[in-house]
Amino acid sequence: MRWLGIVIGAAFLLYPWLVTDDFYARTGADVLLAAIGASAWNILGGYAGQISVGHAMFFGIGAYLPLLAYSHMGLPPVAGVPLAIVISLGFAIVVGLPTFRLHGHYFSMATIAVAELVRIVIGNWDFVGAATGLMGPAVSRTWLDLSFRSPIPYYYLFLAVLAGLLLLTWHLQRSRMGYYWRAIRAGERPARSLGVRVARYKLYALLLSAAFTSLAGSLYSLMVGFIDPESGFGILRSVEMIIIAALGGAGTLFGPLLGAVLLIPLQTVTNSLFGGGGSGLTYIIYGGIIVVLARFEPGGLLDLWRRASQWWSRRRETVTVRHAA
Amino acid sequence: MTFIQVIAGGLLLGAVYALFSSGLTLIWGMMNVINFAHGEFVMIGMYLAFLIVTYLHGGPLAFGPAATAFLFLLGIIVYYSLIRHVIRGPMLAQILSTFGLALFLRYLAFFIFSANFKTLPEDLLPGVLNIGGILIGVPQLVAGIVAIVLTVGLHLLLTRTAVGSQLLAVAEDRQAAMLMGIRPDRMQAIAWGLSGAGAGIAGALIATFYYISPTVGESLVLTGFVVVALGGFGSVPGALVAGLVVGVIQSLSAYRFGPVNKDVVVYALFVLILWVRPEGLFGKAGA
Repeated sequence: MRWLGIVIGAAFLLYPWLVTDDFYARTGADVLLAAIGASAWNILGGYAGQISVGHAMFFGIGAYLPLLAYSHMGLPPVAGVPLAIVISLGFAIVVGLPTFRLHGHYFSMATIAVAELVRIVIGNWDFVGAATGLMGPAVSRTWLDLSFRSPIPYYYLFLAVLAGLLLLTWHLQRSRMGYYWRAIRAGERPARSLGVRVARYKLYALLLSAAFTSLAGSLYSLMVGFIDPESGFGILRSVEMIIIAALGGAGTLFGPLLGAVLLIPLQTVTNSLFGGGGSGLTYIIYGGIIVVLARFEPGGLLDLWRRASQWWSRRRETVTVRHAA
Repeated sequence: MTFIQVIAGGLLLGAVYALFSSGLTLIWGMMNVINFAHGEFVMIGMYLAFLIVTYLHGGPLAFGPAATAFLFLLGIIVYYSLIRHVIRGPMLAQILSTFGLALFLRYLAFFIFSANFKTLPEDLLPGVLNIGGILIGVPQLVAGIVAIVLTVGLHLLLTRTAVGSQLLAVAEDRQAAMLMGIRPDRMQAIAWGLSGAGAGIAGALIATFYYISPTVGESLVLTGFVVVALGGFGSVPGALVAGLVVGVIQSLSAYRFGPVNKDVVVYALFVLILWVRPEGLFGKAGA
């Protein structure tokens, strides 16, 4: 297993040098960015079991603030990143504090309602560009603008952020808090009876998740240099995080990364085949995948892989025993 | 006078909200499942009305029952193929199953009908009534009255008939209901059928005066969440009162803050309810 990890790690580090075309490097950056968003969702939805269907609100706040800092104050977009995180945490508290005392469905409903509310407000608010959105610096003024022509600097920036996020998640899942989260996911009432402060630890998961989702949004607008209400706060933004995490394996460390590696190239292919979101075919497939996962494989592909390898090793054992006898 | 006009319009639309929200609250109360695809059920009812009017030249008396029957069946199919398998699974599976279904149905409609808005011809239910200076369109009036009658009918079905008692028994205590010889699976399927039928007829009713689009279900289901939360989860009378209240609030805020902001006020109301009175108007505390 260790050599597999080293090979995969090396592949991620060397990927931009293995491909010759900027298009593939850009797709690689898209994969890493999607993996960051899905890993952030995974902290809350996977480990703590609280299903947000409105994470786009944090992504959108993260995406808007850097471009607001640029367009209204002429600051480098990066300056908006910390403020975006603070505002995202504020929204997380507004949604999380009342709903985490109630049954889990309330939280899911509140997230989508607030995300839609914010999307409509942003879409009609001239200060933030209303329906047309905001642009970043067209040409880099200083290196602080983080505006590069090549996708490769973004690739490594995203890789570093993803590595940091996964390291933090790995550390947390082995910590006391990680055990509390899994206990809450398995059953709130038993967890509470064992003395876990359920509402508090759910809120911690939400705050962490919101902060990193906001960061993912900021990274998106730094790279793309443009944001509008639909690409920031649209429901499909939330859908993408959910489907990537659930496909790879919600509540596992590498599930979201696996989901992103599979889904983002697929999305690129279907978009070029079916002409973008225009026909909606991509999202029919997404909806279908989510339903099939929920019905047959809620643990995602990593869980399927784990069970398949267990079945295989058991089978081999029986065969060996039979041969020995 | 405009003020009363706005309130009358809100009440009539609110009656339709009450109708489809009572199906949402029935499912929630019985089996703790939130149907994110409920708005898409309404949307399907609307497109059925459109198809029947356009291709079969049918009127409201044709597409109303057709939408009801079709969505009753769809509800039952969704229950047996999807919901009964995830109902005792992890929360992830419960929420994603109906959320994915919503996405699937929404973009299927997008694919088939394109994003262009469709409307039914205005001469289906022609006329505007002038009641003491308040102008009320006949389609809105018909929709409002039928919706109230059906919502009250659903309440009577639940409280006054044998099937209703069995449904409520399963909601109360699944194990105990089984010991009484009730089949919970069948009862839950009926609940999904009834819920779907309510959404279908609601869609057929609003199609007579509302725009039809693939994404209309999203704002409808969110409005439904607000109605269900305000009325108290699982309460049909609560949904009726809350539906009317939400209709009026939406109508007043469209009048006061402009039509684009009407949903903003309603969604903000949802957050306010969660902070101030999470059990709703008619719900039990700690639900």
